[in-house]
Amino acid sequence: MSRFINKLRIVASTSLAVTMFCAADWPQFRGPNSSGVSGDRQPPSDWSEGQNIAWKADLPGRGPSSPIVIGNRVVVTCSSGVNQDRLHVICFDATNGNQLWQRQFWATGRTLSHPSSANAAPTPVSDGKLIFAFYSSNDLICLDLDGNLKWLRGVGHDFPHAGNDVGMSSSPVIVGDLVIVQVECQGDSFATGIDKYHGETRWRIDRPLQANWTSPVAMSSDKSGAGIVLLQSPAHITAHEADTGKQIWEYRAACEGIPSAAVSGGLIYVPSKGMTALRPSSSPEPEVVWNVSTLLPGASSPIVHDGHLFTINRAGVLSCADTADGQVLCRVRLSGEFWGSPALVVNRLYCFGQNGAAQVVEISADGRRGEIVGKGQLEGPIQCSPAVADGALYVRSDRHLWKIAAP
Amino acid sequence: MRRCCFGCVSVMAWSLAAGMALAQSGALPPLLKTLQAVDREGKGNRAASQAWADLINQSDASQLPTILAAMDDCGPLASNWLRAAVDTIAERETKAKGKLPTSDLEAFLGDKQHHPRARRLAYEWITRSDPSAPDRLIPTMLNDPSLELRRDAVARELAAADKSLGEKQTDQAVATYRVAMDSARDLDQVKAAAEALKKLDHPVNLTYHFGFLQDWKFLGPLANPQGKGFDIAYPLEKSLDLNNLLEPDGELKWIAYHTDDEYGFVDLNKAIGKHKGALAYAVAEFQSEWPQPVELRLGSENANKIWLNGELISSANVYHANGTMDQYVGRGKMKAGRNAIVLKICQNEQTEDWAQDWKFQLRVCDSTGKAIHSTDRVAPRTAQLQNAKNAIQE
Repeated sequence: MSRFINKLRIVASTSLAVTMFCAADWPQFRGPNSSGVSGDRQPPSDWSEGQNIAWKADLPGRGPSSPIVIGNRVVVTCSSGVNQDRLHVICFDATNGNQLWQRQFWATGRTLSHPSSANAAPTPVSDGKLIFAFYSSNDLICLDLDGNLKWLRGVGHDFPHAGNDVGMSSSPVIVGDLVIVQVECQGDSFATGIDKYHGETRWRIDRPLQANWTSPVAMSSDKSGAGIVLLQSPAHITAHEADTGKQIWEYRAACEGIPSAAVSGGLIYVPSKGMTALRPSSSPEPEVVWNVSTLLPGASSPIVHDGHLFTINRAGVLSCADTADGQVLCRVRLSGEFWGSPALVVNRLYCFGQNGAAQVVEISADGRRGEIVGKGQLEGPIQCSPAVADGALYVRSDRHLWKIAAP
Repeated sequence: MRRCCFGCVSVMAWSLAAGMALAQSGALPPLLKTLQAVDREGKGNRAASQAWADLINQSDASQLPTILAAMDDCGPLASNWLRAAVDTIAERETKAKGKLPTSDLEAFLGDKQHHPRARRLAYEWITRSDPSAPDRLIPTMLNDPSLELRRDAVARELAAADKSLGEKQTDQAVATYRVAMDSARDLDQVKAAAEALKKLDHPVNLTYHFGFLQDWKFLGPLANPQGKGFDIAYPLEKSLDLNNLLEPDGELKWIAYHTDDEYGFVDLNKAIGKHKGALAYAVAEFQSEWPQPVELRLGSENANKIWLNGELISSANVYHANGTMDQYVGRGKMKAGRNAIVLKICQNEQTEDWAQDWKFQLRVCDSTGKAIHSTDRVAPRTAQLQNAKNAIQE
């Protein structure tokens, strides 16, 4: 009975969370529902430092983390200091780029990373009222939209062997009343659901002792609408009840450790042996709908929308495939190296390369033709995924945050 | 509109009155105590959330030193709660009044008994209200307990040395680089000073400067299949007699090894031979002049454990996930006289090119990173000493 009530509460709170957002919000890594998709007005197709830049703001620290947008606020995390032990959460006015507030904290877990990464690698997440900033050091900080501290956790302080000196980058996700973080490494390796209002642990489950950089993905059960969280690791992908952490099913196969899964139409598209489409069922193992090895993504996570699946491989080749069978419909060769994930706005993919060069690819309605229709250049490195809101793109480097929008 | 403004004024007046009441009634200590009580696993978060809101609503700039001082006596999680309160209050007061009163903050900064991070935070808010503060304060901080304040002071010395060099004042430049070198604790600043001194024919022995140990005895390879050896306590872990280093049955012998690597790296693939699924023990003696707290700082891409005089002080079962100087820090206490440092360095069975390293570096230092040397270690000759010796011989 209590579980049923809990599920009802999750459904209710999920619905509530949805209503808190404006259509234009981009509340987490890869935007609404971790989809990387926006149906908003299209941003410009070309830009440079002197063209279609609404504003540019300085940042006090580094970070591959992506901006998020909540109403008229743009929130970015950074890390600074010779040991990357200073954690920043900064809020900007989306209209003019003025800094509204900044909060700083000291890391309580391991802060080492590869020089190309930084402590501020995970992207923050918001439910529209609260902001949850997470870092490679496994510090989790909850602020309200005005920068008031609500609670904080030193997950790396709680578990000192939780960390990866290459750097961690898994971004948190909100499901119902919980913030779920995936902390997978060779030391203390686990996923945990934390009460978003009070910062208390509701559950914690062991995860494989292996380095992993993927992010949890939220979805709903077809039957009950209850919250489910997907946890992808190099050895498998598992589905869990979001409110308890209890495992529902497992797909045991080699999965990628950097790009995360996408969910659409009840199917799960997993970067596994190329790309694999899974259909969850009541059995402890999901059905494999198809597998296509040539769709293997690089670091960028896949996007699924309107019957099409998009991946970018390590060579910079963008593929568009049919979600029904994984058949490749077209390929477009991009230039550059891609760490961030693209954003799809209506029929255009905005792909940001690490060197700051972006390419805008327009996809035909049938997915059989892709064409580069625009380019942008900003001072790199840019490793984030763009946020999309109100016809604007928000991207950040280690030094700046830009709003790309037509005048 | 008028009603709204009246409401705002009322709230402000209440806040001001409440702040005064807070200070007068002694309400601050219980709020700070609640924040200081925050602990692992979210313990104390609920109470802290309310206390934090009360604290920032009822405090003004005059309470900042008291809030900062609360960091002297709490853990890192509570420090972050307090820091957020300081920043929120200071940001609000700065927006309202243009700047903060800095005299109390400067007095706080000047008291080195306070926590280094709290003092650094005080400094940062002072500089926002008083742009002349860095020029006045930083030059006095070359040996500050706050490594961030010290870093700023070292940066000024390096810049001053560069300027002297540019003006052809070589002796002055060398002297200033030396000052920077002695005070620096961060690798990049030490490297910058050392490279400049080397170009001026005043090379620095970085191995000695950092306190890397160079002389080791090794026992290995021992079995570490699937990483299981990490948890196997071979006899050496249970008892160690530096006068009688036992060898297990079989062919294994202790190997004496000296490294001349500038950063003290010991390559076990060379010292013992290339092995996979293997581990080795490394033992070093350290003569301490007196009992003292020390940090044993290890850099290694291999799973490792560190013991000091039989006490396990650090453990990391991690392979090939980036190796950097001072990656793992074991804190312990040396006794006067002979001390035994024992390492267990494990190699796994990964086959990738980037997973072949089996090496480590270890240094002994204080909590700021300043080298502590074994009393039987001979200091390398400085360039000046070498020149004097050459002159005598001539």
